Amino acid sequence: MSNQDFLRRLPTTGQDLRRRARIQQRLHLDFALIFLLLLVTVYGLIVLYSASGQSASSVQRQGIYFLVGYIAMFTAAQVPVHVLRRMAPWAYAVGAVLVLLVLWIGVGAKGAQRWLSIGGFRFQPSEFMKLAVPIAVAAYFGQRLLPPRFKHVVVALLLTVVPAVLIARQPDLGTALLVAAAGLMVLFFAGLPWRYIAIAFGAVLLSIWPLWQFVLHDYQKRRVLTLLDPESDRLGAGWNIIQSKTAIGSGGTSGKGWLQGTQSQLDFLPEGHTDFIIAVLAEEFGLLGVLILLGLYALIIARGMAIARKSQDSFGRLLAGGLSMTFFVYVFVNVGMVSGLLPVVGVPLPLVSQGGTAVVTLMTGFGILMAIATERRRVTRHI
Amino acid sequence: MSESHRFKDHHREERIFFVRTVIAGVFVVLGLALLIARYYSLQVINHQDYATRSDRNRIHVQPIPPTRGLIYDRSGELLAGNRPIYILSLVPERIPDLDHTLERLKPLVNINPSDLEKFYDQLQQPRKPFEAVPLRYQLSEAEIARVAVNEFLLEGVEVEAQLVRYYPQQELFAHSIGYVGRISQSDLARFDEDDLRRYSGTHSIGKNGLEAQYEQELLGEVGNQYVETNARGRILRVLSRVDPKPGADLELHLDLNLQRTAAQALEGMRGAVVALDVKTGGVLAAVSLPSFNPNLFVTGISFADYRALNQSKDLPLYNRFLQGQYPPASTIKSIIGLAGLHHNVVDAEHWVRDPGYYQLPNSSRLYRDWRRSGHGPRVDMMQAMVESCDVYYYDLGHRLGVDAMHSFGSRFGLGQLTGIDLPSERRGIWPSREWKRGARGSAWFPGDNLNMAIGQGYALTTPLQLAVSTATLANRGKRMLPQVVRSVGGVERPPIVADYLEVDDKHWEFMLSAMENTVHSQRGTARRIAAGADYRMGGKTGTAQVVAIAQGESYDSDTLYERHRDHALFVGYAPADDPQIAVAVIVENGESGATVAAPIARKVFDAYLRQQYAQPLPHQEPLAGLIGGQRLGGSR
Repeated sequence: MSNQDFLRRLPTTGQDLRRRARIQQRLHLDFALIFLLLLVTVYGLIVLYSASGQSASSVQRQGIYFLVGYIAMFTAAQVPVHVLRRMAPWAYAVGAVLVLLVLWIGVGAKGAQRWLSIGGFRFQPSEFMKLAVPIAVAAYFGQRLLPPRFKHVVVALLLTVVPAVLIARQPDLGTALLVAAAGLMVLFFAGLPWRYIAIAFGAVLLSIWPLWQFVLHDYQKRRVLTLLDPESDRLGAGWNIIQSKTAIGSGGTSGKGWLQGTQSQLDFLPEGHTDFIIAVLAEEFGLLGVLILLGLYALIIARGMAIARKSQDSFGRLLAGGLSMTFFVYVFVNVGMVSGLLPVVGVPLPLVSQGGTAVVTLMTGFGILMAIATERRRVTRHI
Repeated sequence: MSESHRFKDHHREERIFFVRTVIAGVFVVLGLALLIARYYSLQVINHQDYATRSDRNRIHVQPIPPTRGLIYDRSGELLAGNRPIYILSLVPERIPDLDHTLERLKPLVNINPSDLEKFYDQLQQPRKPFEAVPLRYQLSEAEIARVAVNEFLLEGVEVEAQLVRYYPQQELFAHSIGYVGRISQSDLARFDEDDLRRYSGTHSIGKNGLEAQYEQELLGEVGNQYVETNARGRILRVLSRVDPKPGADLELHLDLNLQRTAAQALEGMRGAVVALDVKTGGVLAAVSLPSFNPNLFVTGISFADYRALNQSKDLPLYNRFLQGQYPPASTIKSIIGLAGLHHNVVDAEHWVRDPGYYQLPNSSRLYRDWRRSGHGPRVDMMQAMVESCDVYYYDLGHRLGVDAMHSFGSRFGLGQLTGIDLPSERRGIWPSREWKRGARGSAWFPGDNLNMAIGQGYALTTPLQLAVSTATLANRGKRMLPQVVRSVGGVERPPIVADYLEVDDKHWEFMLSAMENTVHSQRGTARRIAAGADYRMGGKTGTAQVVAIAQGESYDSDTLYERHRDHALFVGYAPADDPQIAVAVIVENGESGATVAAPIARKVFDAYLRQQYAQPLPHQEPLAGLIGGQRLGGSR
């Protein structure tokens, strides 16, 4: 069967595809990604309604955050990639200064100092660094020959680790982890030689003891210990993890039904609407609900990787790959910690946990992905 | 330098990137697989475990205590009831700083030192975690409101309604009905599994009297409810409920009016009055004075109150009618006389010369009559009964001997537990040769017969035993088991014949007429109580020595310490032609059975036969006000 036959048989389909591609191109959007994001958004809001104790106002507020998030995404998608690349050092510098400032004049609660308050507007510079770090590292490598040489690896590592350490000292281990992951993922995609990876792995193993002894806060150590044996402190640090495992496990294959989760509805599960929201989902929708969510996440990551593959310059490639993989780290850490696989660090479930800042940052990241996805022609035209 | 000379190799970079994306993809797949495996393990493999744990989390079984059975007198007057009170209690596990919370509570509710003392006492005892410890009982409306308004400041402070026992007649029935108190450590120690279940949710247990004797019947059956609670233990809904079965109500033979009449007749004295229904053995009145307010014990008596009761010289906690053991003295003479007739040792015409003393053959020791001059040269049994002649009975005792007196008296219940449905009954002593050998380690002497025949020496009886033996006389040998409770949960308890003594009818006639003459004849010792009675009664007075009077000395009440004066006794029954009620009265150190004890019995007879009841005294009004520790604490 020839190509002609195919076209003759499905003439409209081809036209549609072409028209859709044109619209996407003009709007700098990726409909597939948006569709997946919308699915997760709706799914998340449904779960949040239950997790927040059936509070319509919580859902409404989160809906507004998402609206802001989608606007941020749309806006970020319009920024040409080369502009982004040129802005990268400045954005990074500003972000780094702000993170430093947080340590000096930040405000916060519960022993952590995470926000800058400027004229009543509270702002979390570490969130900004989740994007600024991978952009900066990608921009750095975009002008270099790849695979990177030792010198460049060191510079990239410094770009990544310095803000991560600063954030970790706020202390905000979760964000620090994500910032570091973002930078390191870009480094990985840039072709970081395997021997370096092996060395780094060894170094991490060696540094466990000094970290434990000198760096980690008591509460952080407790989280690790609790992971190993939650029953050792049933009513204290272990409570969260015991209750979340109970919630997940009692959900079974198909769950107890929406709004029927006893663990979450009866307040046994702490932080059910924020970091531990997957436990609510697992309790009420069961393993099937979890699989659907993880499936959506996997498709989003796959879409991100596809965008990275199609991108023709290394900046776009590295950034798109880095952002996608950071998203995966996000998911992995949260879903892992709630189920007792990883120690509890403050990482929310992306696009589902309640909270505005994370949503806006994530959606901006997806906007950048879309900018990269729709940048291709312009780049070729440039060359 | 090298940098500028190297050219960007797009193909190589793309190839590297491709490899890296594949590797990253593998990581993603592995990572997601790990997560899925984890959730599969939790949700499918270990689902049952976690489902159980989740249910245990939210579903709690709460016991619902049954309502304790009520106690009524024979005409339906409430003697023991339950009333709702509001209790302020603290859950120590939920209170970060106990002293601080107590300080906060002090301006809101009135907390006495005795409340605090009881609270700390209970705090020391082992208890279930998150179990509330009561601090104050009987909160007033205003106090409840003040606590409610400040609830947000008072984490771990609870106000709950609870039914607690109350005794509207206060001290009137303290010794017969007894009281309930908090379940103590020693109670818990003897509980088995089933008891623990039955008492879950119940706070008190019968400690004494009927409350203890009929504990099983009064308690009822515990109910339970499955409740769903949230993480803070607040009940959100009741999933299922099994109602508790209330305890059985008790209806007593006791008669409120009769009891009150007897108690008022004895008011101001120490002693006991027991009135029995001759035909059924039902206990119509059982008074022991002084008494105490049983309401003090219900929610836990304060140390000071308990010490005051326990250390009082008048022994208010002592149940005189059930546990007090007194020499029966001359009240025994009717039984001894009957024994003489029955055993053909004497007949009605047999007489004795009474010079005021008696001497055993071959002995110089004088056994004195209470009347120094004696009762005359020819005293027969009728005169000996009516005038209570000791010498006649010394002679009769000598003729009968201990064995006959012991076996005959035992048929009247002397020296034996009567089997009344009250706990901790004492059996008294109706001596025998074996008893003396065992208890005193010596042989029975002829002189012991003489003392036994006039109810002195070793003989000891409880007022209840005297009442039972008198009722047995009045009932012509048919001894009824004394019973306080007439019906349990509406089921009548039939009268029970404990023993039936067959004695020739003419002997009964003789002895009952002798007792009648004791009251109604000109020379009868109890003649004073016959005045104004429109019915006839039988009786016998008694005066029991408390301290031995040495040979050659005479009893002089003025020189004796008050507590060493003789006890006054009277036993009797009425009406004489068809006895309905038998009464035993003992007044400690009352000196004269005829003038002190007998009039009390007359008042009881009048009340029972002629409905001439005493009116309640102001302080015996049924309890309407507070029951809590503080007010009753001062009203001892």
